[in-house]
Amino acid sequence: MSLTAAVKTLRIDGRDLSGRQEETILDVARQHGIFIPRLCEMEGLSDVGACRLCLVEVKGQNRLLPACVTAVEEGMEVTTNSDRLQKYRRMILELLFTERNHVCAVCVSNGHCEMQMLAQGLDITHVHFPYRYPKVEVDASHDRFVIDHNRCILCTRCVRVCDEIEGAHTWDVLGRGIDAKVITDLNEPWGLSETCTSCGKCVHVCPTGALFEKGRSVAEMLKRRQFLPYLTLMREENE
Amino acid sequence: MTPEELEQIAETERAAQSQFQQRVHVCVAAGCMSCHSQSVKDALDQEVGRRGTKESCRVKGVGCMGLCSEGPLVSTSTGVLYKQVAAGDAAEILDSLEGPAVARLVCRTDVPFFQRQQKIVLENSGVIDPDRIEDYIAAEGYTALIKALTEMAPREVVEQVTKSGLRGRGGAGYPTGLKWSTVAKSVGTQKYVICNADEGDPGAFMDRSVLESDPHRVLEGMLIAAYAVGASEGYIYVRAEYPLAIKRLRNAIRQAERAGLLGANICGTRFSLRLDVRLGAGAFVCGEETALIASVEGKRGTPRPRPPYPAMEGLFGQPTLINNVETYANIAPIIRKGGEWYAQIGTEKSKGTKVFALAGSVQNTGLVEVPMGISLREMVFEIGGGIPEGRKFKAVQTGGPSGGCLPESCLDMPVDYESLARAGSIMGSGGMIVMDQTSCMVDVAKYFMDFCMTESCGKCIPCRVGTYQMHRILTAISTMSATKQDMSMLEELCDLLKHTSLCGLGQSAPNPVVSTLRSFGEEYRAHIDDHKCPAGVCGQQENGEQG
Repeated sequence: MSLTAAVKTLRIDGRDLSGRQEETILDVARQHGIFIPRLCEMEGLSDVGACRLCLVEVKGQNRLLPACVTAVEEGMEVTTNSDRLQKYRRMILELLFTERNHVCAVCVSNGHCEMQMLAQGLDITHVHFPYRYPKVEVDASHDRFVIDHNRCILCTRCVRVCDEIEGAHTWDVLGRGIDAKVITDLNEPWGLSETCTSCGKCVHVCPTGALFEKGRSVAEMLKRRQFLPYLTLMREENE
Repeated sequence: MTPEELEQIAETERAAQSQFQQRVHVCVAAGCMSCHSQSVKDALDQEVGRRGTKESCRVKGVGCMGLCSEGPLVSTSTGVLYKQVAAGDAAEILDSLEGPAVARLVCRTDVPFFQRQQKIVLENSGVIDPDRIEDYIAAEGYTALIKALTEMAPREVVEQVTKSGLRGRGGAGYPTGLKWSTVAKSVGTQKYVICNADEGDPGAFMDRSVLESDPHRVLEGMLIAAYAVGASEGYIYVRAEYPLAIKRLRNAIRQAERAGLLGANICGTRFSLRLDVRLGAGAFVCGEETALIASVEGKRGTPRPRPPYPAMEGLFGQPTLINNVETYANIAPIIRKGGEWYAQIGTEKSKGTKVFALAGSVQNTGLVEVPMGISLREMVFEIGGGIPEGRKFKAVQTGGPSGGCLPESCLDMPVDYESLARAGSIMGSGGMIVMDQTSCMVDVAKYFMDFCMTESCGKCIPCRVGTYQMHRILTAISTMSATKQDMSMLEELCDLLKHTSLCGLGQSAPNPVVSTLRSFGEEYRAHIDDHKCPAGVCGQQENGEQG
């Protein structure tokens, strides 16, 4: 943070707010309690702008901008919630539900799932696209953790936390398009991974029940996310 | 290398060439190579050796001559072009150098396919030997570089490019001069130039042909660009599926380095440029600039949100100029002849010429370079020679999987960036596929959606799952099992992908569907309401799959 940080004033949903020039629309919105849905973004991790749920309308821009990576600008007028944005967000979530096999009733994260909460918030009662019902694996080879690809939404939070915070880079993405999946090491069983430190950060940043601790039953997997902003803040202060 | 030394090489080469009274040029670009032009060249060489006329007759391998459908092509110093030449024709062709042409092999060059073309990018293609730097230098090669280095300030180079009105030939048509000046003004410890040669549109082979026919032209363009923006390192990102282009490019880099035209202190100035070739691993999305940069960095080739644009933060976080092969190939003539000269060609907003790969249902398929603003009708019916076997024209597809299908009513439209965009397609990199009555537009849309689905990188949800769902619906329509509800879902998805996808691939993936829905909506309805495919394509396919 430089001592001469410029401050920009902008308007989000009709509220006059200010932010430092390196802050994003999402940063400022979060500071002021304005909720913008997102699944890939997480405080403490780098931003990839991949889930497209945080798209917002900016006056004078003919395209929608991802709030997580768009820096604030002087005089910006941002709308975080409109009928159009709601419709797109609902469709994107519906597409996610059709992609793999998300069955809340039997999920360890039922009641604590970010995707489920977003869907509830957007009043999604049913999905009008047909489901894919793909056959995907569950890898329970690790002593303490399980990856259930049925519930993975490819947000890549696990990939980023492992690389950026833990420094192990055990996780990565294999394949492309609808066939993409997260893998450990060179697509070996997690339990055989030589790089994994079993720190469990990936499990706790995972927004759904794709990554969970062994021994948890339905709705029992509570995730602790607060460690991440704290951890990054402490590291910055020590630098 | 000084300007005088360059002139010396050019003169020596010209003198050496003029010793030969007779010249035979054989196309050795991939198109003709695939129909055995190498054996034709070998046969000609052998025959010349047998006759002992090596001193007076030169057989030379050259780049693409354009009319790929009639290959292997051979041209002679008597001004005759021969088509579909076989190794056995060697003796007859050599006889014809001192007598009448071999009538059965003659390819007419007084037809619009050749007459309507205006060659700037391809001016050396089919004329010079792509494997010899001397041949390029004899054709005024590297004079633009020397001119820029010795007579012009970087700012003046950018000015000329801006004046020329050249726009990015990769598809989006961003003004090249503006891009150059942005990179030139950006601050960084190291700047880079990148050449995007990851040509992946189905049916497009402009970049491949330029690299195979005239690799030095691209290097010269990159050198001038690097000088203009202040870069000292560069990469050429070529797809690995182009082995011949890679081989010639690497050879050209080696030759240019040896001649002191590439490397450290070029032409005795302080300007240095190191160029390297990087091979793509077959992902279409790596043609997107941020994905390409990630791939060069050794990361997974996925796009990232812009801004920051590569001009500010590109390769390794440094200001990076990234242009397409054809854009770079336009630079040398612009510097040689001036931006104003270039700006005279083309339309008000789209300057210069464009290379198109004409394919599909036309008489003449191959590579053509035409001035911007030519009408689609001229492209298809004059240059292309019309639809074969008396079939009826239906649509022309431009811009590959990101483009659209234009119906007959659009035929009189000029080919330029704005007109194509207004009609619901894009200029794209230059693929042009002509379709006749036997093509089903639903099937065409399904084909392109299948392409986008397989090539989606999977990073953002709308593209990853949306293309899958759209492909599913299009498959349902083509197997006559779709409902009206599917149609409205398809339209919803078109809208979603266009407005929410992360990169150009997803944003433009609906274009083939939107454009066919707009112009050929009745075909979709026939599939859904009457369970009929008007072109008779989908029914057959269904039977075929079941059978």
